[in-house]
Amino acid sequence: MDIYRLLPQTNCEICNEASCMAFATKLSEKETQLELCTELESEQLEKLESLLAPAVREITFGTGDKTATLGGDEVLYRYELTYYNQTPLVIDVSDNMDDAAFQARVKLIEEAEFERTGEKLKLDAIALRNVSGSNEKFAETAEKLKKSKLPLVLCSMDPEAMKAALEVVGDERPLIYAATENNLEDMSNLALQYECPITIFVNNDLEKMKELSRILRAKGIKDIVLDPSTFVGDGIGDTIDNFVMIRRLAVEENDEDFRFPILGVPAVTWLYENDEVQGGIKEATIAATLMNKYADILIVHGTNIWELIPMLTLRQSLYTDPRKPQAVDPGLYEFGELDENSPVILTTNFALTYYTVEGDLKSDKANCYLLVLDTEGRAVDVSVAGNQFNGKSVTDLIKESGIEEKVKTRTLIVPGLGAPVSGEIEDESGWEVMVGPRDSSAVADFLIKLKNKT
Amino acid sequence: MDKMTQLLKLLEKTDTIEINEFRMDFEELEIQLMPAVQRAVQQVVQKQAAAVIPKKIIPEPFAPPVHDYPGEVAEVQLGAGTRKPVLLGGQKALYRFEEPQPNPPVVTFDVFDIPMPGLPRPIREHFSDVMDHPGDWAKKAVKDFGANMVTIHLIGTGPKVMDKTPRQAAADIEEVLQAVDVPLVIGGSGDPKKDPIVLEAAATAAEGERCLLASANLDLDYRRVAKAAIDYNHAVLSWAITDINMQKTLNKYLMKEGLTREDIVMDPTTCALGYGIEFSIDVITRTRLAALKGDKDLQMPMSSGTTNAWGSREAWMKKDEWGATDYRGPIWEIVTGLTMMLCGVDIFMMLHPSSVQLLSEIGSTFTKEYLETDVPDISNWITELGV
Repeated sequence: MDIYRLLPQTNCEICNEASCMAFATKLSEKETQLELCTELESEQLEKLESLLAPAVREITFGTGDKTATLGGDEVLYRYELTYYNQTPLVIDVSDNMDDAAFQARVKLIEEAEFERTGEKLKLDAIALRNVSGSNEKFAETAEKLKKSKLPLVLCSMDPEAMKAALEVVGDERPLIYAATENNLEDMSNLALQYECPITIFVNNDLEKMKELSRILRAKGIKDIVLDPSTFVGDGIGDTIDNFVMIRRLAVEENDEDFRFPILGVPAVTWLYENDEVQGGIKEATIAATLMNKYADILIVHGTNIWELIPMLTLRQSLYTDPRKPQAVDPGLYEFGELDENSPVILTTNFALTYYTVEGDLKSDKANCYLLVLDTEGRAVDVSVAGNQFNGKSVTDLIKESGIEEKVKTRTLIVPGLGAPVSGEIEDESGWEVMVGPRDSSAVADFLIKLKNKT
Repeated sequence: MDKMTQLLKLLEKTDTIEINEFRMDFEELEIQLMPAVQRAVQQVVQKQAAAVIPKKIIPEPFAPPVHDYPGEVAEVQLGAGTRKPVLLGGQKALYRFEEPQPNPPVVTFDVFDIPMPGLPRPIREHFSDVMDHPGDWAKKAVKDFGANMVTIHLIGTGPKVMDKTPRQAAADIEEVLQAVDVPLVIGGSGDPKKDPIVLEAAATAAEGERCLLASANLDLDYRRVAKAAIDYNHAVLSWAITDINMQKTLNKYLMKEGLTREDIVMDPTTCALGYGIEFSIDVITRTRLAALKGDKDLQMPMSSGTTNAWGSREAWMKKDEWGATDYRGPIWEIVTGLTMMLCGVDIFMMLHPSSVQLLSEIGSTFTKEYLETDVPDISNWITELGV
């Protein structure tokens, strides 16, 4: 209602909604953009922006199609609503690397990919560290990264070096890392000049962070990121506390000094680890810890895929919208070479189930029809227990899919965990039911053995 | 000429007027500021704000956002008699910066009553020499890997496994009790008909040792398990499947049988990373919050079957594009357990030694105070990280 009152209330439909009330509702659910209403006075626009602003500011860095977005959260616990904007994973490179190593590392970061439940999970940005101590080198290396496919985080505490780099890449709106109590004046001027988001760094001191945030805000800087320090030994306890306090102050107390995204640096692990394996395991652990506790962006150093996969998977899980069932479309799917003698197998439309089965059938080059049952996104055992997977629903699926016109067989292969309902499926459908393996990785073998028997 | 015009004529050549002892009486005064004046004032204020660069940073009051909680988590003791006791739970707040928790998270190592087939290689290679005797297995877990507790899974009693008798189960329990002095969790095979009988036999064999009987749930004769616990002074693991209402109901039933909050540990179910972990995050978060807000049916410590992580294909499947399984498995277990720990879980059933170590390191910080740890100055991490 607060939103509706600030709209023109003319129902002009320029925003593509039938009425201002509909637009107001969609706005409150983050399902449309405020910019679509061109009929707002600047005062109304400002008030609406403030009203709709999330508890944690949403920030985008980079430009064009090379951007990363962080922040935007409203709640402390995902079950209350959902989390917004998956934590960008940023890998660092240094300006002191020889060119071949540099290019190789950049390529690795850009191409790292892990496919899971039909999604390609990738890395999001590159952090360039000023290690050389030379402003020119820092700027030169930043220039090289203009060709990269990923947006940039510029890492230096030296405003002269930052200035040199921004002169070259400032137009691409990198994230500036970082302002401290020692360089605040110069760094903040650079942020204003180049309109870049800027990170505040403190060494475990939220009181100081509050002061610095207040000063930056007073200068009119709106895009601020907060790094209270990532400690990877016993100090991790303080880091977790800091992250939680910042987020609580933002969400529960509307503390304007802390209503900003939080940055973690699991890469700090490597200050204390030399072994590639131990370091990788430790860094993944730190990254997981921080991601679980409100980290909105992470700077990571290790690039081994076995270290990145758990981070990418955790991120995907955390940011799944709990309000939406994870389901795929039910119906008939085809795999491999098919004819009227091809076998027919069945599974449920829970996304994880479906994509696991699909992945196995494809990689094992199975030839079969796959019937996908609508269980409202429930796995096999859950839907058997909840009675979505039953004789009637399977029979309806068989009839509606038209499979009986495609194949001669009247044998349905069900997943191992679906065994309890095989009898009722047979009774309802008239098909014979064969109980298949529990894990879809064994399906291809099962089908081959079946073929050889007949 | 009227008075006003006279006055104005007088003032024609005047620059300023000073009025002394001015007094204005009124009931209501309405001042209209012309927009131009408003803007002028705003501009001045903005310019002043922008121009202010404090030479000295003025301290702003910062107050940690500490909440008050009407409820608290019960403290459950495991281990008595010949065992060194371990305490679980007792939290009075959600985070240590509000109030550090009295007891650190605890890890219990999984051992089995049969040389468990299908254990992933990263685990088998540590225990292959002791897998034939649960006593030796438990001893190695405690001595070499610092286990706070041991979980003996009586998988062999499963009708489709080896269908071991309750007497054989009791013998295995005695063997483990002799081998180590840490508290035990006693697990059945998962068969709903046999487990209560097996747990009863185990409870008798372990009388006085205060074990955690795993588990009571709505799919088996939980009354029998509860009775065994009450008769022989053990605690019960109350197992619900990511359903907070199911958990409350089960807890209520158990307490009706005579168990108290200090005799129950909850297992809300841990789904592995990538296989539903977010459901576990939600139910465990809500459960701990409910306890602290005063819900007496949920004020017990929580347990996590973190070993479930090993069922994920990412943890064990050979796949070149995924890197070596040697590392993936332990990381999968750590991340799963860690995630649960950060939601409030108190005791973790785990398999791999390095996972256990990393989890315990982070968990041990929960009993310490905010800002009481020596932290390094990492302001130079950018350059110190090297090439």
